[in-house]
Amino acid sequence: MNLQPFFQWLDATPGSIAIRESTMLYPIVETTHVLTLCMFLGLIALLDLRLLGVGLRGIPVSHVAGRLLPIALFGFVLMSISGMLLFYSGSVKAAGNIFFRIKVVMIALAGLNALLFHFTIYRRVAVWDYDAVPPNKARLAGMLSLVLWAGVVICGRMQAYNWFK
Amino acid sequence: MDLQPLFQWFEGTSLGTVVRQSLWLFPVIECVHLLGLALLGGTVLVVDMRMLGLGLRSHPTAGLARKLHPWMVASLLTLIFTGIPMFLSEAIKCYFSPPFWYKMGLLILATTFALTVRRKVALAEPGRVAPALVRLTAVLSLALWFGVGFAGRWIAFY
Repeated sequence: MNLQPFFQWLDATPGSIAIRESTMLYPIVETTHVLTLCMFLGLIALLDLRLLGVGLRGIPVSHVAGRLLPIALFGFVLMSISGMLLFYSGSVKAAGNIFFRIKVVMIALAGLNALLFHFTIYRRVAVWDYDAVPPNKARLAGMLSLVLWAGVVICGRMQAYNWFK
Repeated sequence: MDLQPLFQWFEGTSLGTVVRQSLWLFPVIECVHLLGLALLGGTVLVVDMRMLGLGLRSHPTAGLARKLHPWMVASLLTLIFTGIPMFLSEAIKCYFSPPFWYKMGLLILATTFALTVRRKVALAEPGRVAPALVRLTAVLSLALWFGVGFAGRWIAFY
């Protein structure tokens, strides 16, 4: 399926042009993306560090996940909306960018990792909630989450530098 | 006092020159800077939210602040040590960039506030500081760090 005509059409819509050519709107959307990223990733990273047994020791994993994830998800929603607006402002350029493509794959993998974690080892969290160092599967999920999200941020940043253009 | 000659000198330092002349060094340092910022965001948010009655409410603020302090300091140091080479590589641009000056001013305020007032308030025994003051501390902390991040991003635009 070739999405190129669709992206070309998208780039020609007034909203896309408005963001792309605005001196204020684009920086504001971009800044929102970076700051909400900090909100999301900063909180996710703390959960990951707890899963790895190196951060927030002594606080039950279910508390960290239960109390911080809703706030992280709020950040995720804002980050996603601003990210989609950024994509919308130049979809042809973004879609053709190798870093953007890797980033999309990594986001999907990070999402998959989170789902797997929640529907497997996290179901039995009551058993290991207070463990200073959680079971291997939980640590693996935390490590994968950290690596994948860091990769997403790196690809997102590198996207601006069209090295392979 | 004219600081431009000083910034000229910054720009000419060997570290600044190496970063400026490299194709990949600046972006790589920038990535680490951004990851450090995210971690700082998390550590600051958890304690400030707790002071606002959000997030990890069933745990005392002091305990959270104590546990997260090393992570906050580590992320701040990461930011400073990645920020310096980026600054050196484009010191003249920074000199003429209003957001850069706002960022530095806010950074000094935010760091000082975090290591003095906010640390005292966060570590105080429950009930020792008036709830309104605790909340005010959290709001100020969030506003200052928000300002640092915001102004930092805008160095690229102005």
